[in-house]
Formats: sequence, C-alpha cells, structure tokens
Amino acid sequence: MKTSQKKPEKLIDEKDIRYDGRKLNEMRPVKIEVGVLANADGSAYIEQGKNRILAAVYGPREIHPKHQALPDRAALRCRYHMAPFSVQERKSPAPSRREHELSKVIREALEPSIFTEYYPRTAIDLFIEVLQADGGTRCAGITVASLALADAGIPMRDLVCACAAGKVEDRLILDLDDLEDKSEGADVPIAYMPNMDVVTLLQMDGMLTNEEFEQVLNMGIEGCRQISQLQRDALKAKYTAAKEAEAEKEDEAEEAKK
Amino acid sequence: MSSIMATKVRAKRIAQMIASGKRSDGRGLNDYREIQIESGLIERAEGSARVRLGKTEVLVGVKIEIGEPFPDTPNEGVLTVNAELVPLASPTFEAGPPDENSIELARVVDRGIRESKAIPTGDLVIEPGKKVFVVFVDVYVLNYDGNLIDASALAALAALLNTKMFNYEVKEGEVKIKPGYKPLPLANYPIAVTSAKINDQLIVDPWLEEEQAMDARLTMTIEKDGKICAMQKGGYGTFTTQQILEIAKIVQQKAVELRKLVVKE
Repeated sequence: MKTSQKKPEKLIDEKDIRYDGRKLNEMRPVKIEVGVLANADGSAYIEQGKNRILAAVYGPREIHPKHQALPDRAALRCRYHMAPFSVQERKSPAPSRREHELSKVIREALEPSIFTEYYPRTAIDLFIEVLQADGGTRCAGITVASLALADAGIPMRDLVCACAAGKVEDRLILDLDDLEDKSEGADVPIAYMPNMDVVTLLQMDGMLTNEEFEQVLNMGIEGCRQISQLQRDALKAKYTAAKEAEAEKEDEAEEAKK
Repeated sequence: MSSIMATKVRAKRIAQMIASGKRSDGRGLNDYREIQIESGLIERAEGSARVRLGKTEVLVGVKIEIGEPFPDTPNEGVLTVNAELVPLASPTFEAGPPDENSIELARVVDRGIRESKAIPTGDLVIEPGKKVFVVFVDVYVLNYDGNLIDASALAALAALLNTKMFNYEVKEGEVKIKPGYKPLPLANYPIAVTSAKINDQLIVDPWLEEEQAMDARLTMTIEKDGKICAMQKGGYGTFTTQQILEIAKIVQQKAVELRKLVVKE
C-alpha cells in the first residue's frame, strides 16, 4: 500500500503561502491537450496539479435505448467515473452515489453551452475518466469535457471552464487540492461561460458568511477566466500542429518531385 | 411531440405571468406555499416527521443502529441520508434502484446536516474505531408537487428534533440497551431554501408546474447563525453573478421564517 500524504501542521503559513508554495489566489500548474484518443469523435486530457483526467465524446449518434430520445433536441448523457487506482484507498469501479450526482451536475453545467436543438432524437455521449484525483476533479472534468465537445465539432455557444475556490484556515483561496479540500473550511466549485458571463455549475459545502461567499464567487470566476485562456490555447494548438504537419508533408512531396 | 408542445406552451404562460409579478397559484414571488409539520407519527422509528409543502408531501424516518465508523474518522458516529422517490408519489416515479434525482436529493439534504454539524457525531462513539452509532435519515417522498429539496430538508430537521436515543451501557465491549430514552442533542438547525429562475425572474419554492418551466434552480442551506453551509445548482439553465448574490440575500430571510416553524426555542 502506498503511504498516504502526510498532512502538514499548517496548510497556510503566516506569510499567506500555502503548503505547496502557492499564493492564496494561485492556481495549480495546468497542462491541457486536445485530440488524444483515436476512436472518439472528440477527446481531451488535462493535468491540474496531480489530477489527471481524460474526456471523450461520441456523437451526435443514434440513441439506444430509443425511449431516451428527445423529440426536440439531442440527449446529452454524461458519465463521470473514477478509476479504482485514482485515489489512496482503492475505489470500487462500480459508480458511487457521489459519481452519480457529479455526472448529473456536470451534464447540467455543460448542456447550456451546446446547441442540442440541432440534433433532435440523437445522443451525445460524454465520458469523463479520472485517472488520478487530487481535489477539484469535477471542475477539471468540466474544463476538459468542454474541450472534448469542441473537438468533436459539436456547435457550442461558448466553452465552459470551471474552477473551485474556498476557505481554508480562515483564508480565502483558489483551486483547492485534496488536502485543502478535506480540511475544515469551505469548497465552492464553479463552472462558467466567459463570453456569456453566466455560471452553469455552483455547489458548496462548508461554512461561509454572505460576504465571504461573494468574495469566493468572484475569486472562483477569476480562476475560471484563467482556465478559459488555457483552454483556448490548447484548442488552437491542436489545429496549428495539424497545419504544420500538413505543410511538412507538402514540402516533402515537392522535394520528391525534384 | 404534443406533450412537449403542451409543456412549452404552459411554460411560456407561466413565464409571462411571473414577468408581471404573478404566479399561477396566486402567491407572491418570494412566498412559500402553506407548510404543515407533524412530528412523531412512526412509533417504530427513533424519530419521524411529515412535512406538507402545498401538495408536496415528505415523510422522514430516523433510525439509529450500532455499526462501524469510517476508517478515517474512528472517533465519530456515522450519518447516512437516503431518499426514496416512492412510485405512489407521482406518475413519473418508477420503482427500482435510486436514480440520479433521488441520489441528488439525498446528498443535498445530507450536505446541509453534515456541514452545519447539526448531529454531534463525536458523542455517538461507543468504542473508538470499532463501534459507533449510525444515524439513518430516510427521506420518503409521498406526493410530488415540486421543491422536494426544501420539503425533505425541513422534514429531516423536524424528524431529528423528534429523535430519541435509547439508553445503553457497555459491558465487556457489548452494548446493552437499557429502558428509557433521551433526546438526540442537535447542535445546529440547517434550513434549505430553493430559488428558481424562470425567464430571468427569481422565485422561491417552485411548485411542479414552475419546476417544469424553470431554467435552473439554486438551493442554499443556511445554518442557525446565518452562514451558508451548502449549495446546489440544478437544471439546464444558468445564473448571472448578480442573480446568485440576490438569491443569497432572499434566502437569509426565508431561512429565518422556515426555522421558526420547526424549532421552538
């Protein structure tokens, strides 16, 4: 068995530096890649701190079972799932109640961004697999799933980006990791559409006054905007890479002609 | 298709009414339906309560049993909330394993009780790491007419206030039940208040017709000192920051009103 991470005595020191060296409003390092799976219609991968999450989209495609078909729009079906080895103690692969709930709120966070009315009676299937979890997986899952939807070429109003903010040891912080999440305080996951300036997912547990909540909400949305930029960069990077590969091929063909 | 059209026509009518400050059942935008609370109807349960919120009806039973603590919290009793959308409550409910709606309902009720630390789980330990009391809160929906979250959270709180712990003693690691009961001490009184957004207007306590017409809902659970202790957005719509902060204000006042109905100081 892998020994568990030792909890430091204080998660935030007197200079407002967090135990992993971050400032209060600093996000963990994020790495995103779009188009990582060959079979899926769209896919993406994200690393946020120690989180490692894959998302894949199949569809719009024929819906089975048929009674789930909606006459006026596509049915977005979402499965958030954690790998048994993604956490300290092995997790049973059967979906837990938490995974059922998260699948629902993630679907409701992403559906407002999709023109589902373009594809009545079809299914858009979205799979999110958490390969390693380190706090904030629902948010990173939404961020990466929105990219997979875009990669599948599904018409969207906006990309959805997500980030949590909260309170630990009486200070308000951005992007809680697992240790910070499990300590006393509060955790507020937020999903956001930056162009439309609306919130599509909002949950909270912990304890906050109204004033604290307002600050946490603003901090979280600021975090979402940072994520949004990284999302856009990752999406563009896929197409720049494809263009470069194409140009190279053309060059080679020309060389061969000579 | 026809039923979808009917729903959409009805939704449009409701949205128009709300835009002019009216609701289809005559309430004000920030009014709850009539609330009736009855406690202690199930003698076999350690605690029970039924809440009627308009025509929505929820029965909550509390059972206390002896079990094992979670490995990461050896010095705490266990709280388990479960919700059943019983098929007799609505033509849209089906028998079978809990679906995502009942799981969400249970987890939102659970979050309010847990995060407000209403149940002093530290006092429910018999033998640290081995034996603790498990408090089962079972939410039983009897009639569905919208806003199950608020009705269930209120019924759960009323049932917990009504809960009696049996007396016991521990002899050589064995728990012996003794005659007599004492009330389960509660440390907090969480109240869930749900707001819905219909065509950019905010209302509280959406009933079924309004739920079908709403873009999204936002539940905030408020503990006794006015702090927010849980939150859950649902539905396919969105909220602006301004709307969220407006809801946070309305909810404070509503939570005080609702708490007065169930907690008699």
